[in-house]
Amino acid sequence: MTEIWTYLSREPLLWLTLTLIAYGIGDWAFKAADRRPVVNPVLIAVAILAVTLRLTNTPYDIYFRGAQFVHFMLGPATVALAVPLYANLKGMKGAVLPMLAALVAGSLTAMVSAVAIASLLGVRGVTLLSIAPKSATAPVALGVSEAIGGSPTLTAVMVILTGITGAVIVTPLMNRLGVRDWRARGFALGVAAHGIGTARAFQVNETAGAFAGVGMGINALLTALIAPVLAPLVIRLLT
Amino acid sequence: MILHLTILLSFQLAGEVISRGLGLPLPGPVLGMAFLFVALLILPKLADTISGTAKGLLGHLSLLFVPAGVGVVGHLGTLGTDGPALALAIIGSTLLALLAGVGAFLGVARLTGAKHD
Repeated sequence: MTEIWTYLSREPLLWLTLTLIAYGIGDWAFKAADRRPVVNPVLIAVAILAVTLRLTNTPYDIYFRGAQFVHFMLGPATVALAVPLYANLKGMKGAVLPMLAALVAGSLTAMVSAVAIASLLGVRGVTLLSIAPKSATAPVALGVSEAIGGSPTLTAVMVILTGITGAVIVTPLMNRLGVRDWRARGFALGVAAHGIGTARAFQVNETAGAFAGVGMGINALLTALIAPVLAPLVIRLLT
Repeated sequence: MILHLTILLSFQLAGEVISRGLGLPLPGPVLGMAFLFVALLILPKLADTISGTAKGLLGHLSLLFVPAGVGVVGHLGTLGTDGPALALAIIGSTLLALLAGVGAFLGVARLTGAKHD
């Protein structure tokens, strides 16, 4: 028994399979709960796996040896976003100006308000710098964080938490506001909550998903360009 | 399936090489998405070829974030005493960014008369 466990806990097979099972449970719960946004499949899967790792005393790098195959697919999946983008080309053409306005408004609001709220609540130094790029997709956010003197690890935590927050609050928020335009809903979510938001948008509506993918992509560019200037400026003004 | 994956990975590879080679601030896969988009404009038939695989992959995009999410749990401790302040900043700023984004989109769409599907 110990021998089997020694083998399984070291090899990728067990952790890869458990990642898929945990997601399967999360997805089942999401559907069983009438697709209610608080029952977020990512959140459920992460919780199940975190508890499993804790109980079996498994370090994250061992887990990641199996999970890396799933993680790796993020790259081709990002490339694949071009397909719904192309399919929604007609809708995009008519919405260039609204998209640009939403990009600038959403991206600046995310960065400035995150730094402002954290700083008013007493957060200072490296931690404060680390929160600025958190609405951008992870690889960009980490690069920006490093460039402005933040901590990439801390930024990674905040990027994921931002994505989950956006994915959970977007549907109740937009329904309450009575926003029925899937383009606007999706695009704003992609800008505010990157890939996790985009994944959520695809669960709800394909047009929303395509617009979210574009929002995520161009916000990555805008954040990379303006965060290094804007974040230190806001911090100087507020602290 | 293998052919489709090869196409997607080739675009990612091209994006990665060009992004790193030129020192661009965009991640390779995001640049790869832009290249594939241009390729689809030039060769519309390509869309029929890969759309099934693309849809399959994007339909379970959430799954792909699970490993990174598990990594975050171990780092929650690094938030330390700033944890509650950061949580409020994340929730508040995400809410405000969604409102600003959707408001700007709808406002400009109304001004320019961009049609609602």
